[in-house]
Amino acid sequence: MESIAQSPWAALAYLVAGICFILALRGLSSPSTSQRGNRLGMIGMTIAVVTTLVTHFPHEVARTGAFPGSAVFPDPVAAGEIFVAILIGAMIGIVTARRIPMTAMPQLVAAFHSLVGLAAVLVACAAFLNPAAFGIADLVVPLIGAPFESIHPVSRIEMGLGVAIGAITFSGSVIAFLKLNGNMGGKPILLPARHVINLGLLAAILGLVGYFTQDQSPWIFWTVTVLSFAIGFLLIIPIGGADMPVVVSMLNSYSGWAAAAMGFTLHNSAMIITGALVGSSGAILSYIMCKAMNRSFISVIAGGFGGDAGGGAGAAAAVDRPWKRGSAEDAAFLMSQAEQVIIVPGYGMAVAQAQHVLREMADKLKGHGVRVKYAIHPVAGRMPGHMNVLLAEANVPYDEVFELEDINSEFAQTDVAFVIGANDVTNPAAKTDKSSPIYGMPILDVEKAKTVLFIKRSMGGVGYAGVDNEVFYRDNTMMLLADAKKMVEEIVKALD
Amino acid sequence: MDFISILSVFVLACFVGYYVVWSVTPALHTPLMAVTNAISSVIIVGALIAAAAGSVGSAGEASKWLGLLAVVLASINIFGGFAVTARMLAMYKKKAR
Repeated sequence: MESIAQSPWAALAYLVAGICFILALRGLSSPSTSQRGNRLGMIGMTIAVVTTLVTHFPHEVARTGAFPGSAVFPDPVAAGEIFVAILIGAMIGIVTARRIPMTAMPQLVAAFHSLVGLAAVLVACAAFLNPAAFGIADLVVPLIGAPFESIHPVSRIEMGLGVAIGAITFSGSVIAFLKLNGNMGGKPILLPARHVINLGLLAAILGLVGYFTQDQSPWIFWTVTVLSFAIGFLLIIPIGGADMPVVVSMLNSYSGWAAAAMGFTLHNSAMIITGALVGSSGAILSYIMCKAMNRSFISVIAGGFGGDAGGGAGAAAAVDRPWKRGSAEDAAFLMSQAEQVIIVPGYGMAVAQAQHVLREMADKLKGHGVRVKYAIHPVAGRMPGHMNVLLAEANVPYDEVFELEDINSEFAQTDVAFVIGANDVTNPAAKTDKSSPIYGMPILDVEKAKTVLFIKRSMGGVGYAGVDNEVFYRDNTMMLLADAKKMVEEIVKALD
Repeated sequence: MDFISILSVFVLACFVGYYVVWSVTPALHTPLMAVTNAISSVIIVGALIAAAAGSVGSAGEASKWLGLLAVVLASINIFGGFAVTARMLAMYKKKAR
């Protein structure tokens, strides 16, 4: 199967690019090596692009002259077009990357995933239309009719799967983007019989890809593409806002598998290695997120979580129970007298853009001789690691920020737990109430601290999971009802 | 490369990916997603091949333009992905002592 004439040097260069990508991810094992890792990633990408441009420099076949059809010349016009295309992409990419606020990172990542998906679809379409250029077809001259390019059966499967995964990544990411960006409500949209529809579509796609090996007709390829766009759309609309971290990770994984599938088509080791890396990365992140919510992957995909169901009764009961309200001055006094304060940030902090003033508060507390730490739940925020980035943006040193399992035992020896914009991840019902939708989810044990300060907009609202939080009504809890940013600003003033 | 050697590369890379990604610190999971996003745009290789292929006939012409469009999309991702990752990583600082 000597389908793609690849020089050994080019193959070697692609391998080096793949290794650069492995080392790029390896660098992320610690913040101190991460920047070097990112640079290795850029080097790897440069190697891959340059190698491709050298081995596939645009050329044209002479149509006139002494040897029509036999002489091949470099084509500077086509090369210029490619250069312009890269330039346009570079400008859009760099401007976006510079301007995007850190709170909008989940949307940005979803948007980027959709671009990978769409690019995979376009490459697969190009390969289908012009298979000879990719070296995946043989010219067949039948006894009757015109000669045509017959695509290798293995390549047809790879191409079919590539276009399907790419299309699912694209339409799924577009929906995830719209939901994260607030253009579309976070509530799940539940179609009747959606599981039947989705499974039917999936079976149709797989069946058609199988049939594609027997019959290279365009209608099969295009139907697979359209059905895949549809299934990506249908898969994500029933998934609620609370499950978005899983969805974003899952789409990350899909974009990797799409690249890998195209790598199989092109017999390109850089693409295959990268696809496998990204695919496993997204899959592992999805797994971590699911575990942090005690949900199975299947139940997330099935969707419907995070709507209004079940929340009504809990919220109504909430109003009747006694709870303590505190002021900014109370909070400032309690924290300035403390030995250790643990801050628990959640998505609400990001929404209120309170991370900078929060760090100011922490600095003031340190001035009072208080030890300040931050505790991050894996699903705090809308994507894995989102809170860490926001705190880093506010100049919080990363060695003050701790993961759940590293800090959870410390709450019992802590004077004040300061919860800002988090809710479900502190709910002890996850440990005790078997009927609770969040039962079994690992939580931060804030209620074990001597005092819990809980910033919340109002008592009425509930978290994404739509359940009431027992912590609000504890004797050692003081509710600070206000906008997160305003409340922290007042505390900072009171600390002077 | 025949199909089996490609498959071997793929399967081994999945294992490498599994171990490398588990070693990534959870604090850097957002940059991890941004950088994986950038590197998955290595799909630009396919886009460049399509865009550079001599366009013979209407199918060839269409294929070339699809390739060029894919080059634009993948470039947005490559430059945007690496730039935003660099921006995030530059923010992670140790305690100043």
